[in-house]
Amino acid sequence: MSDQAHLSPEDESGAARFQALLDREEKIEPRDWMPDRYRKLLVRQISQHAHSEVVGMLPEGNWLTRAPTLKRKAVLLAKIQDEAGHALYLYSACETLGTSREETIEALLDGRAKYSSIFNYPVPTWADVGAIGWLVDGAAIVNQVMLCRCSYGPYARAMERICKEESFHQRQGYEIMIKLAQGTPAQKKLAQDALNRWWWPSLMMFGPHDSESTHGNQSTEWKIKRRSNDDLRQHFIDMTVPQAEFLGLTVPDPDLKWNEDRGHYDFGPINWDEFKAVLKGGGPVGRERMAARRAAHDDGAWVREAAIAHAEKRKARQHAAAAE
Amino acid sequence: MTTETQQIDAQQIDRADLVEYLLRLGDNSMILGQRLCEWCGHGPVLEEDIALSNVALDLIGQARLIYTHAGEVEGKGQTEDDIAFLRDVFDWKNVHLVEQPNGDFADTMARQFMIDCYNVELFSALTKSTDDQLAAIAAKTLKEVTYHRRHSGEWVIRLGDGTDESHRRIQAAFDRHWIFVEELFESDDLDARITAAGIGPDPKSLRPAWDSMMDRVLSEATLTRPTADFPRSGGRKGEHSEYLGYILADMQFMQRAYPGMDW
Amino acid sequence: MSTNAKEWPLWEVFVRSRQGLSHKHAGSLRAVDAEMAIQNARDVYTRRREGESVWVVLASDIHASQPEERGAFFDPADDKIFRHPTFYTVPDGVENM
Repeated sequence: MSDQAHLSPEDESGAARFQALLDREEKIEPRDWMPDRYRKLLVRQISQHAHSEVVGMLPEGNWLTRAPTLKRKAVLLAKIQDEAGHALYLYSACETLGTSREETIEALLDGRAKYSSIFNYPVPTWADVGAIGWLVDGAAIVNQVMLCRCSYGPYARAMERICKEESFHQRQGYEIMIKLAQGTPAQKKLAQDALNRWWWPSLMMFGPHDSESTHGNQSTEWKIKRRSNDDLRQHFIDMTVPQAEFLGLTVPDPDLKWNEDRGHYDFGPINWDEFKAVLKGGGPVGRERMAARRAAHDDGAWVREAAIAHAEKRKARQHAAAAE
Repeated sequence: MTTETQQIDAQQIDRADLVEYLLRLGDNSMILGQRLCEWCGHGPVLEEDIALSNVALDLIGQARLIYTHAGEVEGKGQTEDDIAFLRDVFDWKNVHLVEQPNGDFADTMARQFMIDCYNVELFSALTKSTDDQLAAIAAKTLKEVTYHRRHSGEWVIRLGDGTDESHRRIQAAFDRHWIFVEELFESDDLDARITAAGIGPDPKSLRPAWDSMMDRVLSEATLTRPTADFPRSGGRKGEHSEYLGYILADMQFMQRAYPGMDW
Repeated sequence: MSTNAKEWPLWEVFVRSRQGLSHKHAGSLRAVDAEMAIQNARDVYTRRREGESVWVVLASDIHASQPEERGAFFDPADDKIFRHPTFYTVPDGVENM
């Protein structure tokens, strides 16, 4: 694809059509002309999202074998399995932009691509599993509902499917929290500690403040992102605080209070140094997460090769049989 | 469930016998499901990760149904969770095969195919059980394990007739697990009583169909049927490898750390 | 890391949600052959009983019209409004039409 600065006649008509589709709130589809940077921005965002789903399986997966009831075990397994499915839908959306899953995964494994830094926090107790479902999935859903209206068709469609499936994820997390909050003092303490651990990282999931955001403007112009980071974050806080109150838990923010004039909650300053450190340094368990992903990829290599080899043998035999 | 109890009494089945038999069934599904949970997030490719989770979900679902039924037959108010989380090693009645470590993907698939072939024969016989509840559970389970066998069988063929490395690995996996075959078909006095009452099949009777399916797939996979010098036995009576203790330590952690709480 | 390993082919999946409806595109996945593609489709796209039947097609076997030709291809159908029943007025009193 040529640089936008020197548009060929085909590109010029393509660009006009692209803009017209955007203006009419119609979707861009894979074979449509699109600016090179639009494609790159999408690949970056979608692959990052896909990687987050895959890496996000690990922290909760650690609790599958220890889930406290058989029902919880089954629910958690179904949820984590959904995340694998969501990763797959997203890698597929990425493939429609000409980037194969293998390439995308290579970028994750060699450290070029990022994933949500929330998954670099440890999950020490069962209550953390509840808090992740409630807060982390809750925050993710706010973002994903917006992305259902994204201008790129395959991404928007993947998001619609994901949102439909995710609707139980947050509920199962909140249900875990309800049980804890209504339980023994030991269980209540587990719940409060988990909320303390996950509140701020969840707010950071929406990304830097709008004034600091590097990709925000272009992404908004191209209708990939339909609401700003701060707007989404505020929406999440407004929804979640009453849920915490219902649980009888305390949100770990002394500055948190309802602002009648704004019609929103005011909240305290976010520790962006921590955010940057976790993003950069991989956080408390970033190294373990990546090691697990690399091991799965490497240990699976012979399996993937064997499956291909067998399919080729089978095909060759069919051809030979047909030739006779 | 009074109707059920009456029906079972009518057939002169000792209630403890039936509970014991149900545990033998449920524990196989539970422990194998628990093992497969360890794969979640670590599969060789995303599609297979999802497939393995589906198998695990089916197995855990089977265990839940069977445990619930066992609790009702026993009549002492035990729930599925009491049965899963409050028993020590010697009270578990699963076969050795299902408690073996996942190993590599070949080990997991060999183990899976061996148990899947067994389960298809077992649960298809159980659909005719005189215990109506068990027959209903078996009808549902049979659909699941039939799909499991198709999935694991395809993988056995692919790995056997794939690359040199995959052939070597899957052959080694069958060789390693073959000492657990005999145990699947062992019969004891309890089996005799269960068979006489029409509750379940004599394990020995499942062998010919298992053998023929195994031979067909091993041969298509270009694998050699192993032999076993010192077959393991006794899992169904509560004798286990050291692995089971670790599996339970993990699985029962919450119930042990926070006794008697509701989750 | 095996970076040079061949990637599994891409398949498109179509699911019939219930008897009487046509198969609809659900998404894509990777598989080495049709059997694996069908199994993967079952596991990936029908976990919530979304299907009664699945089709899988190698993505490379799908041929598509060109987006640039959309005008020439499809616009000429725009003015054939007489193909639609709403083009015609049926007098009051005439029924079953």
